[in-house]
Amino acid sequence: MAGGASLVIVKRLFDFFASVRLTVGVLLSLAVTSIIGTVIPQNEAPANYVRAFGLQGYRLLEALDLVDMYHAWWFQLLLLLLVLNIVVCSVERLRATWPIIFARKPRYRLERFEKSAIQAELSADVPPEALRQAVQSVLGRRFKRLATLPAADGREAVCAERWRLSRLGVYVVHLSVVLLVAGAMIGGLFGFEGYVNIPEGDATDTVVLRDGSGTRRLPFAIRCNDFSLSFYPNGAPKEYRSSLSLLRGGRVIHEKEIIVNDPLRFEGINIFQSSYGKLPPPLPAEGAGPPERLAVHVLSNHSGRTYHQEGAIGDQLDLPEGLGTLRLDAYRPAAEFMGQPLGPAVEATLVHPGQEPIKLTLPLRFAAFDKMRRGRVAIAVASAVPMPERYYTGLQVTRDPGVRVVYVAFAVMIIGCLVTFFMSHQQLCVVVRPRRRGSAVAVYGVTNRNKMAMHRQVELLARRIVAAAGQTARA
Amino acid sequence: MTSSLLLSVTTFIYGLAAVLYIAGWVFRRPLAARLGTWSVWAAVAGNAAGFILRWIESYRMGIGHAPLSNLYESLVFFAWTIGVSHLVIEHRYRNRVIGAFTLPLAFLAMAYASLSPYVSDRIQPLIPALKSNWLIAHVITCFIGYAAFAVGFGLSIMYLLSKIAAAADGRSGQRRAADVLVLQFFLVGLGLILFRFILGWPFGAGLAGAVAMAAVVDLAAWLLGRQQRVRDELFTRFPEPSLMDLLTHQTVMFGFVFLSAGIITGAIWANSAWGRYWGWDPKETWSLITWFVYATLLHARLMRGWQGRRIAYLSILGFIAVLFTYFGVNLLPGLHSYGAMAQQLR
Ligand code: HEM
Repeated sequence: MAGGASLVIVKRLFDFFASVRLTVGVLLSLAVTSIIGTVIPQNEAPANYVRAFGLQGYRLLEALDLVDMYHAWWFQLLLLLLVLNIVVCSVERLRATWPIIFARKPRYRLERFEKSAIQAELSADVPPEALRQAVQSVLGRRFKRLATLPAADGREAVCAERWRLSRLGVYVVHLSVVLLVAGAMIGGLFGFEGYVNIPEGDATDTVVLRDGSGTRRLPFAIRCNDFSLSFYPNGAPKEYRSSLSLLRGGRVIHEKEIIVNDPLRFEGINIFQSSYGKLPPPLPAEGAGPPERLAVHVLSNHSGRTYHQEGAIGDQLDLPEGLGTLRLDAYRPAAEFMGQPLGPAVEATLVHPGQEPIKLTLPLRFAAFDKMRRGRVAIAVASAVPMPERYYTGLQVTRDPGVRVVYVAFAVMIIGCLVTFFMSHQQLCVVVRPRRRGSAVAVYGVTNRNKMAMHRQVELLARRIVAAAGQTARA
Repeated sequence: MTSSLLLSVTTFIYGLAAVLYIAGWVFRRPLAARLGTWSVWAAVAGNAAGFILRWIESYRMGIGHAPLSNLYESLVFFAWTIGVSHLVIEHRYRNRVIGAFTLPLAFLAMAYASLSPYVSDRIQPLIPALKSNWLIAHVITCFIGYAAFAVGFGLSIMYLLSKIAAAADGRSGQRRAADVLVLQFFLVGLGLILFRFILGWPFGAGLAGAVAMAAVVDLAAWLLGRQQRVRDELFTRFPEPSLMDLLTHQTVMFGFVFLSAGIITGAIWANSAWGRYWGWDPKETWSLITWFVYATLLHARLMRGWQGRRIAYLSILGFIAVLFTYFGVNLLPGLHSYGAMAQQLR
């Protein structure tokens, strides 16, 4: 008894997973839940959510996994349910249709044809024998194999079929969905997705992972030899181009210039142009000697104007607007201000006419530093030798061994859909009957889909047969 | 003549065709409907000429590319695919009433492109991300799919109308109410698209205009439908309900193949441009939602009782998803705060 009961449960479960009702439910649920992730932006920084939804709101979103919902367990469960549904359903159906699809010989049943709604009958002014010949020649031209069945009254029916294998199309489509999910899983398990910014001339072998799980070493270093960008006359970007070299043990093992839509692929790792940026102007390193020439920017608080001058350590500059003089006294590679390191700086003496000299520290890295003094002028110094502009290239670096599976799934899906939607398993049966004057031909059709097209075909075939019979009778 | 001018003229020919078809249907003037067919031919030809001319113009400007790179160009192509699909169906099933329901969509697409203050018809050079043959394949396949869904949508509306008319004196009051409600929603939605997005009215005025438009259509429908005789005559020219149902299914199948191909080519393009074939961004996700809805339709048809009205509902729902994928995604809220230095290359 217990065994019987559990069998019933297993059977129920099986039926549940095999049902199209479940499919409709799961597909609609996927459609509806997917909307959530398009309304609530995904994978943003927590601060952004708190700003938009408040702290309580953010906690709730977080608890329901709505900030990364496409990777949430419940969304993945829905996908799993879909796959389970497809597999169980397809296996069950395939078990039933397998004998039909792979029968050695097609099986035709006359009653089935005669009950079919797809039929056409035409009479002709020719003897039955002429029609029978026409049937053979017209069908023979269109079908590979003709079968003859005995029909009532000692007559016979000629049967033919085509595209039986198209019944497999649906299973091919379903297989493609399973493959797609499998490919995505392979990518998720064995692949990675990272990014790295590399200044021109620099090399690195470490990328930052997008999922926030840290960094990853690559089996080679990427060197950005050069980054260039060009614009159209209207200012829109035209091309971003990075010249990359891959290095291993100090040797270049591969080189390529990449642009958007033309990535570098090497040993399963793909490198894409994904962003770029300008580097802040390079600064003198701590401990380096003083720059030979200094650019001095003087902001007059009275007039609001800024004046640009140049000088070297030891020089004394006349300030504009009669504001006095500035002497560049010394260079300090590592200056300090109230115990805080300021980096390289210039010490200077400012003398406004008729006032006490003021000692200034002017750090090269912080142009706004002297504004804090709130004096009559604010002075900034920098190296006067203009450094060339330097860019960094932003690269997306990925590895996804699942992509091949996904692409195969893509091809399989399209082929499967085309076969399923535009081909059908068509069976035909033609019976010729003598009439009091002449004879008649009846064409019956049976198909698994697209009955209207088959109806048209059956009518056309009947007309062709009569026409062909007429020709042979006249000849 | 510039392509923009030619396409503006084409817009009005599409409008003329829609009016002729509707007149032919409502006033039972076969001549008007026949003129409608001629207008569609003219519009489709003008549309194609405009498309090619625009292509040539882009080469003359030294930034040559297929005109499938922005909203304006995709709308122009969309209208063309609707026009062509309509001609195919009209030719195959010898029915001109369908035009009263499909041509307005082609007209709206073109009107949106030509008249909306939000859509620029300037020929722009291709930014780096758009320089891909996969992108062209993507746009073409998507819009052929959308056009098939648009025709299926028109057929579904016709199906519901004929069911409402048939039930007018029957007992199935509840169903009829549901059908009427669905149509109201859609009328208002269509009005909102027209006033808010094409004509650029403010939201409140657009909504009011949409409700008013729905009321006018309802009043006209009520006046027309008061008499049994008129009602019968209006619907005798419709294809058989079973044929409309079948055609809806077929257009959806056709659209489904192309939508699948569209999503796939889009994924391949994304993989070559950004290094990922799927990123769950709103546009991608909405195309997948659309795909799920139509997959639901295909499977629901296999269940008992899910024919006719429910399939029509799903087909309408699917087309709403199409419209949202296409226009609505830009309206979604975003928290985006891009880094100041790094510029995304999109
Ligand atoms: C995203 C997932 C799926 C896709 C893309 C898909 C696709 C398709 C397509 C294109 C068809 C042909 C439709 C037609 O004949 O009009 C089909 C038929 C079918 N599908 Fe699916 N399907 C999916 C999931 C499922 C699932 C989970 C089941 C499980 C019950 C299922 C069961 C069936 C059945 C029973 C048929 C009809 C087969 C026949 O005509 O003999 N499908 N599917």
